[in-house]
Amino acid sequence: MLWVDDYRPKTLDGLHYHVGLSQRLKSLAASGDFPHMLFYGPSGAGKKTRIAATLNELFGSGVERIDQRVFLTPSRKKLDVNVVQSNYHIELTPSEVGNYDRVVIQEIIKEIAQTQQVDVSAKHRFKVVVINEADSLSRDAQAALRRTMEKYMSNLRIILCANSTSRLIAPIKSRCLLIRVAAPNHEEMLTVLNHVAKRAGAGSLPEDRADEIISDANGNMRKAILVFEAMKMQSPDLSSSLAIAKPDWETYCYKVGDMIIQEQTPQRVMEVRTKLYELLSHCIPPTIILKTIADRVVQKVDESLKADIMHWAAIYENRMRIGNKKIYHLEAWVVKVMSLYKQFFLGIELGDFDDFI
Amino acid sequence: MATSFFQARAPAKKKSGKEKENVVNPSLQPWVEKYRPETIDDVSSQEHIVSVLRKTLSSSNLPHMLFYGPPGTGKTSTILALARQLFGPDNFRSRVLELNASDERGISIVREKVKNFARQTPRAEAVASDGKKYPCPPYKIIILDEADSMTQDAQAALRRIMENYARITRFCLVCNYVTRIIEPLASRCSKFRFKPLDSSSARQRLEHIALAEKVPVNEDVISALVSTSSGDLRRAVTYLQSAARLSAATEPPSAILPQDIQEIAGVVPDAIIRKLAQTLGVDVTLIGGRDGDVEMGDAASLTVEPDLRGFDLIRETVRSLIREGYSASQVLSQWLKAHSQLHDVIVEHPTLTGRQKSACALVMAEADKALCDGADEELWILEVALRVHKAVTS
Repeated sequence: MLWVDDYRPKTLDGLHYHVGLSQRLKSLAASGDFPHMLFYGPSGAGKKTRIAATLNELFGSGVERIDQRVFLTPSRKKLDVNVVQSNYHIELTPSEVGNYDRVVIQEIIKEIAQTQQVDVSAKHRFKVVVINEADSLSRDAQAALRRTMEKYMSNLRIILCANSTSRLIAPIKSRCLLIRVAAPNHEEMLTVLNHVAKRAGAGSLPEDRADEIISDANGNMRKAILVFEAMKMQSPDLSSSLAIAKPDWETYCYKVGDMIIQEQTPQRVMEVRTKLYELLSHCIPPTIILKTIADRVVQKVDESLKADIMHWAAIYENRMRIGNKKIYHLEAWVVKVMSLYKQFFLGIELGDFDDFI
Repeated sequence: MATSFFQARAPAKKKSGKEKENVVNPSLQPWVEKYRPETIDDVSSQEHIVSVLRKTLSSSNLPHMLFYGPPGTGKTSTILALARQLFGPDNFRSRVLELNASDERGISIVREKVKNFARQTPRAEAVASDGKKYPCPPYKIIILDEADSMTQDAQAALRRIMENYARITRFCLVCNYVTRIIEPLASRCSKFRFKPLDSSSARQRLEHIALAEKVPVNEDVISALVSTSSGDLRRAVTYLQSAARLSAATEPPSAILPQDIQEIAGVVPDAIIRKLAQTLGVDVTLIGGRDGDVEMGDAASLTVEPDLRGFDLIRETVRSLIREGYSASQVLSQWLKAHSQLHDVIVEHPTLTGRQKSACALVMAEADKALCDGADEELWILEVALRVHKAVTS
């Protein structure tokens, strides 16, 4: 197994950082009246780990099994959803099925809500439904949660897990206890890395290597541990000054960024286009592509241009969400950046051009 | 009274032999349910609506109704309380059909379920088991909760049904956005607008609940609850309960502090917003409020390398903000709120002109729209930060 999974803390006491938060969760789990909860925070901060540990605290360890459930839409379309369930909880990602997530929510909640806990020895009467990626639930699905969350409170608790609360509707937020899981800071990450090193028997982790890993991970604990493991695989003694291997797509994106800076011609746009297509066809999310390239470009341009480049990145990223074809907007941004750059160098104002934004 | 509501419905779904076991332990209930108003007179702060509805209790005549207003103002509570007062616990189940967004409400359901229920003639009045007398008027009520999430077609299908069975059935539509209800439906109903709770009645209700639950709270905590919930009583009650749980669970039980409420509500601490504003070149020392020096300790979590300038400084600040996990919309709204609360100070702010302030407001509006569309949070917070910076420093 990967270290990330292997050394994932199973209990609230085993968690290394946000001690105050763990304490709260523990007292909540002990108190009996457990509220609906919404965990939010950046990825790799440990939301899922905390949810799992809370469940463990609530019910003790149970046997989990992975199932595939089939839901039927009113129009008799079949939907397959993967769920993880135990006797006490069920975990699912309704956004897997896109627009039909409402059906999944309606069915699953009703099903759980209408079945009683039959096990007399169970610690709690209720079951828990864990909904992952709650921020990508459609509005309909969120609306479907509203009244049910109140009505079936005796049989059911909901734990939502999201990256941000921006996209959740207010009625949902007002029914949940909001739990913010911030990304760990430098020292906290160092503690965790050292702990993993010790557990894995990898010897001590040199401090400068640890610093490198941490600054590369940018608050993402999962990434940090994965990188650490990869490094360990490459050089078991951790001493050689091996650079942290960047993922292929990242170097590729950087290359695209460099190409934009080197030359601003229609030919170059075509070359960039093929590269972008290549990235998209490898399933790199377009937002990530845009952000990575933008990062690279702003490193290389004059201070006065940086704000504008990020401005257009924000605009085109938004359009990409609303629109259908991602490549148009990526390209539009590339062309925009090229024209900004060229204008800056030639010192001319192409004011009329702005009408076509 | 929520318990009786639960019990009334429970036997239909579960095996009747288990009825006794289904009684919910009141101490484990969410307070939102526990303190739902039992009669319409208990409904906070909506005097006008209550007075109109009280007349219907005595006259036993009821129009079709459309309740609309922001969340947590008591729309669902009002109609449930009214229905209970009209029919009593025994007839409640046979006379009231409640459908909400969690039920399938496509056009087929409207055609079958709603229509079937609407066309049944209500049975003759039975003697209430609890000895009280209920008006029990000769019609049924269909509550369509969260009606704004019904499709246009389903709403259209309701039109004729509402008229045809008006003699024996009343509809009550409950929604947040009245604009999402099609015009023909809205014109068939008498509309009731629920306004956000004013702070005094919210305060009163919270104190009542705190007293009943024996939770020690002081003025500051209630104020924090009222201000963070902005007129949404349900949110305030949920926060109060969460805070009470957390404080009761520690050993020894600690007092509830306003900061706890803020943390539960997911509010970004003042100090962090100030730090951010400072990074952008807004002169925070001139903005009033509490003493800046004391609070700066909180902002230490936003660590940025000291030798960064301009663009890189802003970008690093934004990144650390995102890493802390604060949601972008919260940051934005608080930003705006901070501006409006401290409006007077900002107006007299020596360096901020009206033009600069409008530029800030404009970019925040754009960002809000983008975030609603699901745009990337980091990019947009950065965008807001950069443009505010530009506006303020130019």
